[in-house]
Amino acid sequence: MDAPVTLITGTRIGIGRHLAEHYLGLGHRVVGCSRAPVDWTREGYKHFETDVADEKAVKAMFSDIRRSYGHLDHLINNAGIASMNHSLLTPTSTVSAILATNVVGTFLLSREAAKLMKRKGYGRIVNFSSVAVPLKLAGEAAYVASKSAVVALTHVLARELAEFGITVNCVGPGPLATNLIRSVPKQTIDRLLARQAIPRMGTFDDVANTVDFFLRPESGFVTGQTIYLGGV
Amino acid sequence: MEQAQLETLLPDVQHLIELIIDNVNQLKDTQGLKAPARLDSATALFGGEGFLDSMALVTLVVAVEQAIEEKFGTNVSLADPGAMSQEHSPYRTIGALADYALRRLRAD
Repeated sequence: MDAPVTLITGTRIGIGRHLAEHYLGLGHRVVGCSRAPVDWTREGYKHFETDVADEKAVKAMFSDIRRSYGHLDHLINNAGIASMNHSLLTPTSTVSAILATNVVGTFLLSREAAKLMKRKGYGRIVNFSSVAVPLKLAGEAAYVASKSAVVALTHVLARELAEFGITVNCVGPGPLATNLIRSVPKQTIDRLLARQAIPRMGTFDDVANTVDFFLRPESGFVTGQTIYLGGV
Repeated sequence: MEQAQLETLLPDVQHLIELIIDNVNQLKDTQGLKAPARLDSATALFGGEGFLDSMALVTLVVAVEQAIEEKFGTNVSLADPGAMSQEHSPYRTIGALADYALRRLRAD
């Protein structure tokens, strides 16, 4: 059996890079993308400098995947941006940028991936939401709205794509030591952690474990679900 | 409108500093804001030595936006993606906020 082909967005740093290395370690052929070039390389990894909200660039990336691999088994929609700011101090340009990457990007990648997965009658799509959604996190209005939309997309895409053998699920991590939270004051993070059943920072492995479950061939009857980490 | 004409209609930075100080004083009187007795362009507003917490910052920035519109007849948005950043916030000091307001007025 051929090694699975796994596309991960936002692989330059953070969770995306960790997931890329994790699935390369499991023998997958990994395709990654980010807006900026990556400063790392591994055998079996192919990188695209692609903005997930740029339809033309995304379609070109999928054409390349189709030519190079013939199919796609997994899509992990990890790319995301955040902005910690009170709504009254948030410019619309920030709202537009967050929605473009987090919502339009997830939609666009899922749509193009599903076209490719449909040919084989098999696919796994994993989206990324956040515990900020169920916690209704003040100071993150645009981000929470975007990640709520990702949950909604997951529900509907799960239904639309089920007949093609494609599952669509979602993972919602809590705070992890990534660039997304580097400018958030420690007190804010501590207050957030206190609202989790297990009040600690998440790890990359916590996220990878959840994604592993959704990607398993045996998880074919699991779709439209969101797992929030840390017991939120 | 010509740039030279526009410049004459815009407030200068000193006017904006006075307007911000007026608004801080109003918030002291009406909302019990705890602020230093002496206020000038170097007074820290937010982050580090600043006397505003995040909600007081929101209140002041919105009050300054409204005061600019009332006094100068110009609708300006002082929202900024770096608002909550300790290092890059345009709300670090009264002077920084005045400079930022002037930049936004010139841009709009």
